[in-house]
Amino acid sequence: MNFRPFAWLIATAAAIAVSMPLVGCSPADQDEVNLYSARQENLIKPLLDDFTDQTGIPVNLVTGGADSLLQRLRHEGRNSPADLFITVDAARLHQASEAGVLQAVESDVLRENIPERYRDPDGQWFGLSSRARPILYHKDRVDPAELSTYEALTDAQWEGRICIRSSSNVYNQSLVAAMIATEGAEAAQDWAAGIVANMARQPQGGDRDQIRAVADGVCDVAIANTYYLGLMLDGEGRDREVAGQIGVFWPNQDGRGTHVNISGAGVTAHAPNRDNAIRLLEFLSSTEAQEWYAEVNQEYPIRDDVPASDILQSFGEFQSDDIELYRLGNHNAEAVRIMDRVRWR
Amino acid sequence: MTAQTTNPPATPANPAVRQRLPFSPWSAVAIVVALTLALPILVIFGHVFIPAGEVWTHLRETVLADYVVNSLALLIGVGIGVLVIGVPVAWLVSVCEFPGRSIFQWALMLPLAMPAYIIAYTYTGMLDFSGPVQSLIRELTGLGYGEYYFPEIRSLGGAMAMLTLVLYPYVYLLSRAAFLEQSVCVLEVSRTLGAGPFGGFRRVALPLARPAIIAGLTLALMEVLADYGTVAYFGVSTFTTGIFRTWYALGDPAAAAQLAAVLLTFVFVLIVLERWSRAKARFHHTSRRYSTLPRYQLRGWKATAAFLGCLFPVLLGFLLPALQLGLWTVQTTEQWMNPAFGRLVFNSFWLAIAAAVIAVVLALVLAYARRMEGGRFTAAAVRVAGMGYAVPGIVIAIGVMIPFAAFDNALDGFMRDTFGVSTGLLLSGTLFALLFAYAVRFLAVSLQTVEAGLGKIQPSMDDAARSLGMRPLQTLTRVHLPIMRGTLLTALLLVFVDVLKELPATLILRPFDFNTLAVRAFELASDERLAESSSAALAIVLVGLVPVILLSVTIGRSRPGQQGPTRAADEESPQKPLAMPAGTTNTP
Amino acid sequence: MTQPIETTLQVPHTPLIALDRVDIGYDGTAVVHQVSLALPKGQIGCLLGPSGCGKTTLLRAIAGFEPLMAGSIQLDGRSVSDARSTIPPEKRGVGMVFQDFALFPHLSVADNIGFGIRHWSRKDRDERIRSLLKLVGLPGYGESYPHALSGGQQQRIALARALAPRPKLLLLDEPFSSMDVELRSELAREVRRILRAENTTAILVTHDQNEAFAFADRIAVIHQGRVAQWDTAYNLYHRPADRFVADFVGEGTLIPGMVCAEHVVDTAFGQIEGTLSEQLPPGTAVDVLVRPDDIAIDNEAGTIRTEILDKAFRGADFLYTLRLPDGLSVLCMAPSHDNFVIGEHVRLRLDFTHLVVFSRGSGVDCPAS
Repeated sequence: MNFRPFAWLIATAAAIAVSMPLVGCSPADQDEVNLYSARQENLIKPLLDDFTDQTGIPVNLVTGGADSLLQRLRHEGRNSPADLFITVDAARLHQASEAGVLQAVESDVLRENIPERYRDPDGQWFGLSSRARPILYHKDRVDPAELSTYEALTDAQWEGRICIRSSSNVYNQSLVAAMIATEGAEAAQDWAAGIVANMARQPQGGDRDQIRAVADGVCDVAIANTYYLGLMLDGEGRDREVAGQIGVFWPNQDGRGTHVNISGAGVTAHAPNRDNAIRLLEFLSSTEAQEWYAEVNQEYPIRDDVPASDILQSFGEFQSDDIELYRLGNHNAEAVRIMDRVRWR
Repeated sequence: MTAQTTNPPATPANPAVRQRLPFSPWSAVAIVVALTLALPILVIFGHVFIPAGEVWTHLRETVLADYVVNSLALLIGVGIGVLVIGVPVAWLVSVCEFPGRSIFQWALMLPLAMPAYIIAYTYTGMLDFSGPVQSLIRELTGLGYGEYYFPEIRSLGGAMAMLTLVLYPYVYLLSRAAFLEQSVCVLEVSRTLGAGPFGGFRRVALPLARPAIIAGLTLALMEVLADYGTVAYFGVSTFTTGIFRTWYALGDPAAAAQLAAVLLTFVFVLIVLERWSRAKARFHHTSRRYSTLPRYQLRGWKATAAFLGCLFPVLLGFLLPALQLGLWTVQTTEQWMNPAFGRLVFNSFWLAIAAAVIAVVLALVLAYARRMEGGRFTAAAVRVAGMGYAVPGIVIAIGVMIPFAAFDNALDGFMRDTFGVSTGLLLSGTLFALLFAYAVRFLAVSLQTVEAGLGKIQPSMDDAARSLGMRPLQTLTRVHLPIMRGTLLTALLLVFVDVLKELPATLILRPFDFNTLAVRAFELASDERLAESSSAALAIVLVGLVPVILLSVTIGRSRPGQQGPTRAADEESPQKPLAMPAGTTNTP
Repeated sequence: MTQPIETTLQVPHTPLIALDRVDIGYDGTAVVHQVSLALPKGQIGCLLGPSGCGKTTLLRAIAGFEPLMAGSIQLDGRSVSDARSTIPPEKRGVGMVFQDFALFPHLSVADNIGFGIRHWSRKDRDERIRSLLKLVGLPGYGESYPHALSGGQQQRIALARALAPRPKLLLLDEPFSSMDVELRSELAREVRRILRAENTTAILVTHDQNEAFAFADRIAVIHQGRVAQWDTAYNLYHRPADRFVADFVGEGTLIPGMVCAEHVVDTAFGQIEGTLSEQLPPGTAVDVLVRPDDIAIDNEAGTIRTEILDKAFRGADFLYTLRLPDGLSVLCMAPSHDNFVIGEHVRLRLDFTHLVVFSRGSGVDCPAS
């Protein structure tokens, strides 16, 4: 009778239960900064390590979906350990500030580094990089002269030729939200219905999949974010070959401009390490960090004085839409409903 | 000559006499545990009562029908798929002998180690239009898009196939255990009554194993309902994706909770069906005679068919995707040849072990309490606590987050007001919260297994132990647990593998700087970097492999009479395989 | 046959086990009613009855598995169960042998036997296990596992396991029911020998009267949750308390009759004489119990002509079914060398010493079979 599994199980469970809270607690060490990031670990960790090297301030990181992190921030309330909240789209930044989990920050560095249109008027959040969502086309099968605006894609000539991802994706939601903001809900719904009618296939996969589908002849044009194409061009093997067949068309240049979104961050309302959070934010807007975004992530730097990567520059100059970014957040739910109504999957 | 004798005067009441309580300690503990575990689900349900009329109208007019149809179609498709694969292969490796059987009996479990979203990414990489398979077809034939037929992998049918491939092991696992545990007598009786081996399967073995098969099916279907990664990637709108979308994109937690409530009614129906099927067939084994199960020797085309029948699930559910992951892993050494990757493995491993131990201990408490006193309230509480399995991890995560944060903040507020000290967040953002979420999510797995194991122990065992001076807890530790050794290990391993694969709750509840393999694999894969994500995915598969193989060995030995050191002295045990009656040759 | 039985019925002042007006039931419905029994130390009692009569429930209540609705149970002078409280089984010192033996499959035979005495010193325990194995006739089986044993062997191990802690009282729940008939009576005698050797008080539950007769000193016939009679085997057979007992215990026929005088009843056999089991005034319509050994075939001295309807050879004797002139059938036992053929007419001699009579309509609850 040596087998005493129950005693063993209980002992293990007890040991775990006792030790867990200890493991989980962030160190009491005050000189640190805690980050809730919707940007994935491998897309931000190198920058954070640089920050720690330069300042000696350790950065603790939790990544996750922006919605979930926002939820966590809200429920943790004034005891939340988070100092800085990073998202990869403007709508969620606006939602966070509406939810009251961010605080206004006064920083000359930030004001100087970040153009006014890429930050919240109250200083609750700041853009850190931007990405455009233009029309991508197959260089052999599509003459760029046929392309003009997002709206023109709903014409009958594009029937069965468009690839675009699911309406669950926030970039599409923001695209429609921007359209609601500028053209009104009715026009936005007409547009969404027209796109659905012209789709080559039911939405599936991510932006890279749309680009590959264009290259493989499933469709002729796609709507996708620039950095995906940039990363594919910067990569190797088949993806690079695929991306080489794709051209970038900047739509609506004569009108409101091409849709642009940002990634950004805000200091949380109850940040225990507020000063460090501001320092980190300032670091992320520094030339050095902005260059990293440009080179490694193929995103457009937010600063005018930092050049985009060669790849992005090869896409050409463009006029971006100039709506206030917070309005993307305001119209997000409406955009989803519109896409639901036109059965955009 | 009277029928009754006079009685001696009663002695005063003995102090050792146990007073009867309204609840026994066991059921009291069980109810507390069950309600605690039900808390996240109740919290979500709490949102149901917040009016959400307008959004609900929108859902009903636009997408609700899709959610219902797709979820139902997935349930039916995957349900049929796992039965069609799981039961026959379980029977083949349990009672037939054919080339490769001894390998298949554990290899068939391998897909269990494969997370559904990983297999979905992998097959998409291989089979979608831009993938190597279709590219090859186009190169060979010169055809272009739309000029040849190829099934669309990212579709409802594709989702069914992916989920079937990784979920059939649940049915396989439980029905194999049931086939192995069947007394050889009932199978022999069926043969004397004129049933051939396949007749015996259909008319005796199958009905006897039905509770186990249904239990496996229920687990698989609950996983289907909770799946998010696969359907989201394939663009199939189900309740799970609908809950996400409604909660976040439409910004309406109440409507999302109401969708979750609808989802839970699906689950509830499943559970009721499972209970009902089990209640109608509560078998304790009637024969005490067991002996080595003689296997039917398969020959010729039957052996080939059996071999292929077992090979395909393993090939498609494990070998091919694992091979693909392995290729990608070799191409991306920078992703895993570093100490940080070792820490990921370590974190995942210990987290999964801790969660498995906790889930099994809780399941034991609940199941044993129910065995001891079958009070209706206890039973209901246990049922509710077991519903978490079908609830998407993210919903459970939110259900954990809300009450934990509320508790932390209330305690902190109290401490600040009374003592002027801040206690901060005690539970939120700790591994404790994460493990709690795992327990809620995976209790059903351990509970199902433990209950099935307990159910197979005749009640007279309990009585015998009690009459020999054992208290209930001693009876559990000295009689039930040793007898259920195999069952407990099964439960531990199932939860272990599940936690290893778990993603959404881990993502949102984990503490700072705490990463797991699943988180790493998901972050890269969702950024459409399949090759880079492959090393983490492969590590999940490999770490999950160890328990899967262990599990197989244990079940193989679980047949009563197969592990004892001595043989029946006065009973002859048939040693040589039975011949197939259909003219196949008999081998000793 | 005529020796006074009453003397052996005297119960020592403090019985080992005593049940006092016990009610047991579920959800407020009693399945066992007002049962009172007492058994002195060293004796073997038996609860006999058809299936579903509540005998197993009663046994489980004595073991402590079932709570009481009313009444009380005393074990060795100590109250162990009443309507408010129940000492759990593990604290009672009551051993039990189960119908399916319930040997622990994960333990060897020796570990099974040693299960209840694990707190003994190793030396004592090993000694006890060895002596019990010897007692049950299975020395050398200590290292075997239960699944390697035959049913009879498992039975003995289950008995040894229950006896190991020297329980004050041993309960046996239909322990022989899964045995074949020959093994059954052999085992019953064997178990009785073992219980005697251990001087154990025991209660057996069974539906088989032969088992009960072979095994028990006193037998309680249970009928619909009540004790119909608590008596010796002899008295159950010859002095059944009611029609149910008369019918359930032993073979026999009830034939109608009329009390003529204090010791005379008029029946189809004519007037029979004997001590009446019940004082009834002349003129009372009664049923008289006729056991197969109360009548004998005697073609010389017999007075009653009957026809042989059926016969069953039972080895030492024949059991004939005879038809009386007025059409009534009775059973009659005859030595096996008296081999008559069916249809043959024989004469009967009456051999009554006392008459068991039941006033007609007095025992309506007795189902005739």
